[in-house]
Amino acid sequence: MSVDTATVAKIASLARIRVSDAEIEAMVPELNGILAWVEQLGEVDVTGVEPMTAVIPNTLRLRDDVVNADPLTGGDIRDKVLANAPAAEHGFFGVPKVIE
Amino acid sequence: MSEYRIQGATGEWEVVIGLEVHAQVTSNAKLFSGAATAFGAEPNAQVSLVDAAMPGMLPVPNRECIRQAVRTGMAIEAQINTWSRFDRKNYFYADLPQGYQISQLYHPLVGEGALEIQLDDKDPTSTKTIGIERIHVEQDAGKLMHDQHPTMSYVDLNRSGVALMEIVSRPDMRSPAEAGAYLAKLRQILRYVGSCDGNMDQGSMRADVNVSVRRPGEPFGTRTETKNVNSVRFVMAVVEQEARRQVALIEDGGTVVQETRLYDPDRNETRSMRSKEDAHDYRYFPDPDLLPLVLDEAFLAECRASLPELPDAKRRRYETALGLSAYNAAALTADVETARQFEALLASVATEAGKAEADVAKRVANWLLSERPGILNAKAIPADSPKNSLEANTAIVVATEAGTISGSKAKEIFERHLTGDIDLAAEIDSNKQTTDTGAIEAAVDAVLAANVDKVEQYKAGKEALFGFFVGQTMKAMQGKGNPQAVNQVLKAKLG
Repeated sequence: MSVDTATVAKIASLARIRVSDAEIEAMVPELNGILAWVEQLGEVDVTGVEPMTAVIPNTLRLRDDVVNADPLTGGDIRDKVLANAPAAEHGFFGVPKVIE
Repeated sequence: MSEYRIQGATGEWEVVIGLEVHAQVTSNAKLFSGAATAFGAEPNAQVSLVDAAMPGMLPVPNRECIRQAVRTGMAIEAQINTWSRFDRKNYFYADLPQGYQISQLYHPLVGEGALEIQLDDKDPTSTKTIGIERIHVEQDAGKLMHDQHPTMSYVDLNRSGVALMEIVSRPDMRSPAEAGAYLAKLRQILRYVGSCDGNMDQGSMRADVNVSVRRPGEPFGTRTETKNVNSVRFVMAVVEQEARRQVALIEDGGTVVQETRLYDPDRNETRSMRSKEDAHDYRYFPDPDLLPLVLDEAFLAECRASLPELPDAKRRRYETALGLSAYNAAALTADVETARQFEALLASVATEAGKAEADVAKRVANWLLSERPGILNAKAIPADSPKNSLEANTAIVVATEAGTISGSKAKEIFERHLTGDIDLAAEIDSNKQTTDTGAIEAAVDAVLAANVDKVEQYKAGKEALFGFFVGQTMKAMQGKGNPQAVNQVLKAKLG
């Protein structure tokens, strides 16, 4: 697997990261180097080996359906939520107008 | 039922429809945080640091949301995947603080199932099975408001992180009516299961409508997806408008573009929403914050055991075990709330009357479906009025069932109970119909004596007058005469 300048430019644009043409030119060989390095894993024969999803045997823990049981992950903290917003009015975040 | 076809200038076209329904899961807290989900709160009041995507916050799934999605899957007899996983769907929008939605693309919680729709209300055999491809669990986004400020959009994240089930159908529907019936049936089942309240006007259920057209028998055409359609009627309108638009476009030599569209109910048309070529490049990958979701047998057993009787089974039982007509059985099971009311009143009446449920079911069904709604409508009384209580309904139906009061008296007394302040038991007691032949004979004699001319006409063959005599006798007895007894006495006297 390898990438070209067009792919790198597209990924940057999807991720909303501004990169200059010169930076893209430099990034293409770098990224291809990383991809080739990771691709070495493809040389290992994993026939019959179940995919591993975590390094320690662990399953997903679930939470009870209780509102604001833990103040750290509960609501009713509007002031905190809005504290870092560049603009907030009437309890809303204000963002540059986005309308299709 | 004849097949639905769009008549184009060059011939007939078939419509192919698939629906992706987003249903808000009924839960107290959100899918991955402890913030509340209640509708109508102050903006951003129900937002946790998880929902606002503050750095370092980690999602922990809400067991109830998983449980409700599994129960929904079981209700459509779908495969439940005991191993599923969450993926990130990456895109940037102002209503999505994380920059990605946590969803399930590769390993959804629920696999293939199906749902049966009925195409003609009056024909129980007019059914069609619509395949369901999958149900996955995902986060809702926030809400944007564009009309509150001249240069800014306002963002409310209360809905951000609320659990949704996305229920994806197979492209098995072929007409607006089938699409409408599918959405209505799905809503009915979700409400029975209790996994979604089905309030479409509050956005609890929204459908993305996929439509394509083709010549009958040919491969599928290119589809468009009309987003966020929020009523059964609009879904049907979207299918029809979009199919007509596509046919006209193709017949004019154009080609249908795979794109996202919006429905404008005021103009009854769909229009293109965005044609950004990258819009569908979501770069999904497994969410590294969440381990795979593994369900054990105990969890599945509880989900299965807690499933209620579903609408189709209930309807069949009402017909076979309770002896109700197909029409009444369908009407009583159409919504879970109606069925609940019927069963509560049925049990209460059977107990009070000391009879089997099957023996009083028809009377209770008629009372709930025709007599009581007539009174409520005429007097504009809401069905949830405290006066319209189980006790009052039981008292009236039991008194009618026992023959204590006549059907017309029952309606009259119930109406006075709803609109005024009467002692229901005393009113029933003082309006007892009489089977006392002496009293009835006296009343009949008086009526016949006062209407000698009509008696002559009746005897001369004008038999329609019998009803007049019954009416007059009942009136004289203030409605308390037992109708059968009055008929008998009149027949005897008129010879």
